[in-house]
Amino acid sequence: MSINWFKFSSPATFYPLAGKLIPIFGVLTALIGIFGLYWGFFQTPDVLTDQKQYYRIIFIHVPAAWMSMWLYVIVVAWSLIGLIFNARLAYMIAAAVAPTGAIMTVLALFTGAVWGKTSWGTWWDWDPRMTSELILLFIYVGYMALRSAIEDNRRSDRASAVLALVGLVCIPVIFWSVNCPDPNQCAALHQSSSMSGIESNILFAMLTMTVSFWMYCFLVPLMRARNIILEREHDTAWVTEMLEVKK
Amino acid sequence: MLEIVDLACIRGDRRLFSGLNFSLMPGSLLYIKGHNGSGKTTLLRTICGLFLAEDGEIRWNDKNVRSLCEDYNKEVLYLGHHNGIKYDLTGYENLQISATLDGDDVDEDKILYALAKMGLAGFEDLPTQVLSQGQKRRVALARLLINSSKLWILDEPFTALDVAAVDLLQSVIAEHVANGGMVILTTHQEVALTAGQVQTLQLGD
Amino acid sequence: MFNIFRCIVMRDLTLAMRRKTDVLTTMFFFIIVVSLFPLGVGTEKETLRHIAPGVVWVAALLASMLALERLFASDYSDGTLEQMLLTPQPLTVLVLGKVLAHWLLTGLPLVLIAPLVGLQYHLSIESTGVMMLALLIGTPVLSLIGAIGAALTLGLRGGGILLSLLILPLYIPILIYGSGAVAASAIPGSELQAYFSLLAAFLLMALIFSPLATAAGLRISVE
Repeated sequence: MSINWFKFSSPATFYPLAGKLIPIFGVLTALIGIFGLYWGFFQTPDVLTDQKQYYRIIFIHVPAAWMSMWLYVIVVAWSLIGLIFNARLAYMIAAAVAPTGAIMTVLALFTGAVWGKTSWGTWWDWDPRMTSELILLFIYVGYMALRSAIEDNRRSDRASAVLALVGLVCIPVIFWSVNCPDPNQCAALHQSSSMSGIESNILFAMLTMTVSFWMYCFLVPLMRARNIILEREHDTAWVTEMLEVKK
Repeated sequence: MLEIVDLACIRGDRRLFSGLNFSLMPGSLLYIKGHNGSGKTTLLRTICGLFLAEDGEIRWNDKNVRSLCEDYNKEVLYLGHHNGIKYDLTGYENLQISATLDGDDVDEDKILYALAKMGLAGFEDLPTQVLSQGQKRRVALARLLINSSKLWILDEPFTALDVAAVDLLQSVIAEHVANGGMVILTTHQEVALTAGQVQTLQLGD
Repeated sequence: MFNIFRCIVMRDLTLAMRRKTDVLTTMFFFIIVVSLFPLGVGTEKETLRHIAPGVVWVAALLASMLALERLFASDYSDGTLEQMLLTPQPLTVLVLGKVLAHWLLTGLPLVLIAPLVGLQYHLSIESTGVMMLALLIGTPVLSLIGAIGAALTLGLRGGGILLSLLILPLYIPILIYGSGAVAASAIPGSELQAYFSLLAAFLLMALIFSPLATAAGLRISVE
């Protein structure tokens, strides 16, 4: 017997399913997060070669920065599914993920600024990575602004999906151009990955925190998606029925 | 032949209609009736391809119009609430541009004839913004005379027209139907047909 | 096909010629913005020469974006846009025609007025030439990318400010290499070809992708 995937694409099926998943992700976020923070604070060296205690902000900073980019890809993926299959639920999930992505971007920028102040002595430097992150924030903001400016849900879903796709095409070009403003010296400017040669305990704590952030990024969009479903489907039979049962 | 199969449309959060079925043969006229907000305009816009239906199919000569794309557009002429003419251009220029875009090879005489028939002789070279509401509508309607589309979809075509123009438009519609064309319209006016058949579709309750 | 393209370009040019103010406002907006900077940052020659590339490009970005709001707006409000969607012509060709007409009316004047800016900012003849060439390749990209935003925000309240929110971040590569070329031209012996190759590559990319996205956006917005 094949699984009927379209059954899960119906908001009426998804709503209770999401309701069951939320506590699971909530517990996972908390447990893995506490463990990751414990490891990050107590099992890692106190001082790196040129950095003091402050470097520990990376256990928030790096996962947030990773998630901010991943979540954009996820928004685009759901938008694409929505456009191809004309699936309402896919758009709703895209709408639910975007704010979390924006929050992750803000978090990465904020922790980056604090870290920059402690290690370089300046809140903001036009470092290519910071600039890219800032532009990513602009793109998230544009996406959410377009979404909220259109009152008709269907148009808002589809228009923002097209915008997300356009953003996906443009973002690599933008990041690349920020990284290499002088095309004649691009080869020299290539940033080597800062990940190599990292102390294994630090890496472990960082990856653990990333898993915790992942769980959080399931948790909150699922909660938000449930709200969006209720708001949009408030006059359908299944919502009315469900609310009556609760009474 | 136009076939509507199981069509459903949602506007905003409201389901306007669903499970709508009908077909239209060459040489017939279809009235769409229903109270305000029953989805008449949405249905017309769905049939001509401006509005994406939630469910169902629209078939033209047994083929889904989604696969026909531009070939279907060639067969359809839609006239909605907006006149679809530029007020900074003259009536002549408006018709010429729409003929070119519609892919119809139309010469100068035909456009002038169409404008004259709509009672706009002498107004061809004036920017349409100096014309009255009714005259602007006539410029828009003159497209019917130079267009080669089979299916006309007209949303309240008689608004803003005076008695003479209403009569004229009725005869134009009747002639199109008599020549094997199809017309779908929403209106409160009845059109007297010389040939062909009439259907009525009631939307809402 | 070319017939259709020409028809739509001529139509928009004719319309613009009957409303000349629309064309002139964009150009004067550009001139005013560019003239404001010396009043703000001081008229010292070296400073002006230093900030000129960035100022010119930011002004060009803003000017082209302000003009874009009108790209589809009037066709949308009088119903000619929905008629265009219903013609048996590929929508991408119509979009491309409209964008070209729009660029001829709002982008090209900026290129032609650039020498005046060169004088205001004490740029050398070579730098001015580089600036004109960079604008010539870069401004069509601005129009093409902006058209997507214009299509998506069609008929929305506060469309203009929303459009800038969506589109300005996407203009960044053009800003970087456009002003980069002008800045590099002031340094003797610098190699400029890479800048122009990149700008031209962006133009090609925009020519391919933007009409598709714009057409999709129009279909969504007109519905």
